[in-house]
This record gives sequence, structure tokens and C-alpha cells, in this order.
Amino acid sequence: MADTPLLKLRDISKSFGSVQALNGVDFEVSAGEVMALVGDNGAGKSTLVKCIAGTHIPDSGEVLFEGREVHIHSPKDAARLGIEVVYQDLALCDNLDVVQNMYLGREAQRFQILNEATMEHHTSETLSSLAVTTIKSVRQTVATLSGGQRQSVAVARAVMWNSKLVILDEPTAALGVAQTEQVLELVRRLGQQGLGVILISHNLHDVFETADRITVLRLGRNVGVFERLKTTQQAVVEAITAGVPTRVAGIPSTAGAGT
Amino acid sequence: MTTADVVGPDRAKPLEEEQLAGGVRGLYERAWLNLRTGNLGPVPIIVGEIAVVVIFGFTATNFFTSVNFVNLIEETAGTAMLAFGVAFVLLLGEIDLSIGYLAGIGALVVAELQLPGSSLQMNGILAMLIAIAAVALIGGVQGSIVAFVGVPSFVVTLAGFLVWQGVILNKLEQRGTIIIQDRWINYTDLYIFSHLAGWLIAAFFTALYPISILYKTIVARGTQIAQQNWLLVGVKAAGIAIAAFGTVAICNHGKIIDTPEGLPLACVIIIFFFVLLTFLAKWTTFGRHVYAVGGNAEAARRAGINVPRIRVLVFMISGATAAIGGIIFAAQVNSVALTFPPGNLLLNAIASAVIGGVSLFGGRGEVRGALLGALLIGTLQNGLNTANVSNGWIYIVTGLVLLAAVTLDTVARRLQARSGR
Repeated sequence: MADTPLLKLRDISKSFGSVQALNGVDFEVSAGEVMALVGDNGAGKSTLVKCIAGTHIPDSGEVLFEGREVHIHSPKDAARLGIEVVYQDLALCDNLDVVQNMYLGREAQRFQILNEATMEHHTSETLSSLAVTTIKSVRQTVATLSGGQRQSVAVARAVMWNSKLVILDEPTAALGVAQTEQVLELVRRLGQQGLGVILISHNLHDVFETADRITVLRLGRNVGVFERLKTTQQAVVEAITAGVPTRVAGIPSTAGAGT
Repeated sequence: MTTADVVGPDRAKPLEEEQLAGGVRGLYERAWLNLRTGNLGPVPIIVGEIAVVVIFGFTATNFFTSVNFVNLIEETAGTAMLAFGVAFVLLLGEIDLSIGYLAGIGALVVAELQLPGSSLQMNGILAMLIAIAAVALIGGVQGSIVAFVGVPSFVVTLAGFLVWQGVILNKLEQRGTIIIQDRWINYTDLYIFSHLAGWLIAAFFTALYPISILYKTIVARGTQIAQQNWLLVGVKAAGIAIAAFGTVAICNHGKIIDTPEGLPLACVIIIFFFVLLTFLAKWTTFGRHVYAVGGNAEAARRAGINVPRIRVLVFMISGATAAIGGIIFAAQVNSVALTFPPGNLLLNAIASAVIGGVSLFGGRGEVRGALLGALLIGTLQNGLNTANVSNGWIYIVTGLVLLAAVTLDTVARRLQARSGR
């Protein structure tokens, strides 16, 4: 492995009372890579992601970000490192327009006055850098956007803040076919732009469309890491449903990964 | 002074070739688009206001006089002040039922502090500042119970409604009325500016809109964002100028016996707070966060906004505006009596904001809506009064206008939803 991965989790455990949600899980994602995180309900995907996003704090194990050990205790810590989460139930305000949503909570100001021009300018720039062209006006309210467009805005917002790692929680769950395609295209583009992307999805079609590697969890343990080009949906489904949870020593080599 | 407009959908910045044309054609296209999609803005209420003025101008004998015009301003000022606070609370998706009696508390505190012969006998301006701060604090306490404990604002402020009513009763039951003699306090409603001062004030407020546009244009220089439609800006600026100078012209024209009237201070206070609160709502981070919390509190929280802080501050604003409104009402009659606040003050204030297009469900509406709504209700009630219509009919008509305004808004919004805007 030539590069140090952007994010590396080693031997992460987390329990809630008597429930062992994560049991010695390893996970990694490199810059410029889309890493899918799959598993059945209760496999520990959400818990793992919350440990990365600072919502939960792992009981044991270590987190390395860009090769340095970090302690993420709150969503603010995560944001400071450049980790952004796009939630499944979109965290957008319907009554605000695209610009206002993109800058929500981090408004640009000049002499205590909102700097609309700067915000509008950068929003347009960010959207066009992600090739989001379906949004006619950045001054239309989010209520008037389609599901795919909203998801694009949510992703663009996560990207705009010089983030290095973007976590997408079921980004296509509520979308139609064409809109799903739109969002998957966007996810691929994030990887191409050099960001690390973690994609959580139940939909293996989506995963095989976008991911470079696939981490499978089952019952709070690692089952394995698959390279998309060297595996089949069949194999991944088997791993999800019947895979033998193993304590993998190290993560399989990424040499010749599908990038 | 609709500085707020510039931020709104007017300045849509199309990424694609859908860019609306400039000039007359752009204005026409925009108007048509808005009409088709049910985005009516303040147009219906302005039309309604004009209709009311015309109708009473013909039917009521003393309505169309400049003396009555000054009266109308002085009567409406207090309600408009409360309606400003209501607009903020509604934007948050909450309600404040206590403002009627909070206005009473504001007036009561002022009256007690200025009372000649008492140990205090404070300067009127100081007394007013203390009263406003005290009532803002009460609003803050009520807001804290809503924000931190999670009790619904309807219940907290309903409790406030009863408690503050009780406090006023206890204080005034024995004494009946406290006379306010301090001239500064009474000036808030009754001071009349000289003619020249009136014109200068009109010029000052008229200039604010062009200045705000100029500022935006300077800030936007060098960026790729869309230019203003200069014709629309011109039309708005002209409208504001006509409203401002027209108001002063009518006021200056009035004469009671041989004393010339002029622009009342109450009018200036209302416009001052209108500009200030519009600025707060539309140009500052705080205002943006109020809209965000009203639209989707969870999204606001995840975006890092301190939601309880916003809630408490908005209830403090509501308290402060209620106190100012209360003082203006007290100044109107130079006293605070047991009958304070004037009947239906709370409901008139809420109706004003709602007629002005502020949604009860949060996140939608403008401060100017509260002003226009208060003006419509004030004109209507003043007109019916001068036409010698009974009180019963005044309530009935006000109620029907409220219903009509909200029905129109609801239908327009359904059109909007259908057209996908």
C-alpha cells in the first residue's frame, strides 16, 4: 500500500449496554476512492459511521485520519477535520433557497451583514464544478426542487467546505430511477475530484455502479473487503447474509484495485 | 421600504439560458410568471388597502380628512408594533398569546416609574428603556421555558396571558387609573413634527431603499451574479417615495381648528422599527437562522445553529415590541387604566401579521406583512368607526377580511405548489 489511507479505523468496538454493536471492526477509505459500506439491518453500519462523524465515541480502537491518530468527540471535531455527513432524511430547510441552504450555519458576512453576492457566487461555482446543471436558479426555494436535485444540494453543501471525506447515508433511498442516476453520477464525480467517499446503501445496484471497494459488515464484525472489479453481486450478497464474521488481521491489499 | 425584496425570489439567478430579460419585457414576464404561479407577494393587500380607502372616502364623511389620517396613524401604531413581534414569533413557527398583557405590563412599568410624587419619578426616556428591557426579559423567560424545557409556546404564553392579566388587575384594581404626565412618554404617540422636519424624515426613509440597492450592487461587483432589474427597482423606489412624501403631505395639510398638524412621531417610530426589524430578518445571520428554525428546526440544529438561543431571542423581541406598543397605546390616552390593553389588541396584532402573509406554520412571511396587515385592519376599523357602524359590525367585517386574506393566500399557495415553484 503506497499511500496512507485518508481514514483508517482499527479494531473499533462499541456497545450500548449489553448490545455489542461493533466488535473489533477495521475500516479504511482512501482519498479519491468511493468505499461502499454494506450489511444487513443491525450490521453496525450506522454505528460505525456515527463513530466517524462524532455522534458516537467508540469504546476502544483507534482512528487515524491522514495517518495521524485523532479523537473525534463531536460533529464539530469531525467537521474540523473535513468530514461531512449527508443524512438520509435530508437536512435542508424547504423554505430557504439553494444558496441559503448551502451556507446555513456558516453564512458569509461583511460588517455583520450577510454577504449574499459572495454566497451566491460560490454556490453557483460549487454546483457547476460538480456538474449539477439541472437546477435552474440558485435562488429558488428548496421546496421547488425534485428529490434528486435536493440530494445534489445536500451533497454539494457537504463538499463546499473543503471537506476531505464525505459520508453519504442511503443517498438514493427515496429517489426515482432517473434521479438516482443523477446522484450516483455525482457520487462518482466526488471520487474523481479526490475526495474520500463512504457510501452506505442497501442497494447493491447503486454500490456496483459507483464504489471502488465494498466493505461488508455482519453482526458488528468485518466479513471482508471486496474490490468491485474482482467480485460479483452474488458474492457480496452471500457475504452480507451468510458471511462468516472474522477478525481480519489488516485489510486486504488494494493493489490493482479498480481505480 | 421593501428592502427585503432584493433578497427574495426577485433576484433569481438562472444558471441556464432561462434568464429573464431586463427592462420592460423582463418586468412584464416576471409579473406574469408570479401571477401564473400564485406568487402574489404584497400586491393583494395593497390593492385591498386602496379599495378600503376609496370605499370609505365615498361613504364616510370624516374619513378622507388629514386629521383623521393622523388619527389613523396614531391608532394603528401600537397594533403595528405588536404585529412586528408576532411576525418574528410566527416565522419561528411558534405563537405568543401573552403580548396583549405584556403590552399592559410595559405601560404599567412606565407609568409607575414616572409617577410624580412617588420616590421614583424617573425621567420618561429612562423609564421607557427600563420598561422595554423588563418586558423583553419576561419574554426571554417565557421563551426559555419553550426552548429549553420544551413546553409548547401556546401553553407557556397562555399561562403568561393569565399571569400578566392578573398582575395588572392587582396593581390597578384599587387605583383604577395611573395618569402619565411625563412629556417624553406622551410624545411617543402624540408628538407632531414641524412641516420641514416631516419632509426631511420622508427624504431620509425614501433614500434607504436606493442606498440598500447601491450597497448590494457594490458588493456584487466582480461576481457572476445576476443584475437587478433596474426598472423594477425604479418602480419600487418611486412607490416608496410616493408613500413617504404622500404621508407627510397629508399630515402637514391637517389643521385642528387653527393648530396645524404634521407628521406624528408614532409614524416615525413604526417606520424606524419596520426598517430595523426588516434589516434584522433579511440582512443578518440571526434573521436567516430564524427562517431556518421555522422551516426545519432539525436541519437548523444539524447545520450547527444554536436553536434554543434563536427561540429565546425571538421571544425577547416579541416582549420588547409588545412593551413599545403598550407605551404608545398608553401615550395615546396619557394614562394606564384597568381596561388596558384595548379590546382585541392581541387578536388584532396576530390577525395583522397573518393578513400580511406571515404563515402560522413558520418560515414564511416578511416583516412588511405585519405593517401592511396592521394598516389594513386599522384603516378598516377607523373607516367603519367614522361611518358610524356599530362595534359588532366592525368585529364581523374584520373577521371576514382575515378569513378572505388567508383563503386567498392558501389558494395562491396551492397554485404555487401545482406549478412546482
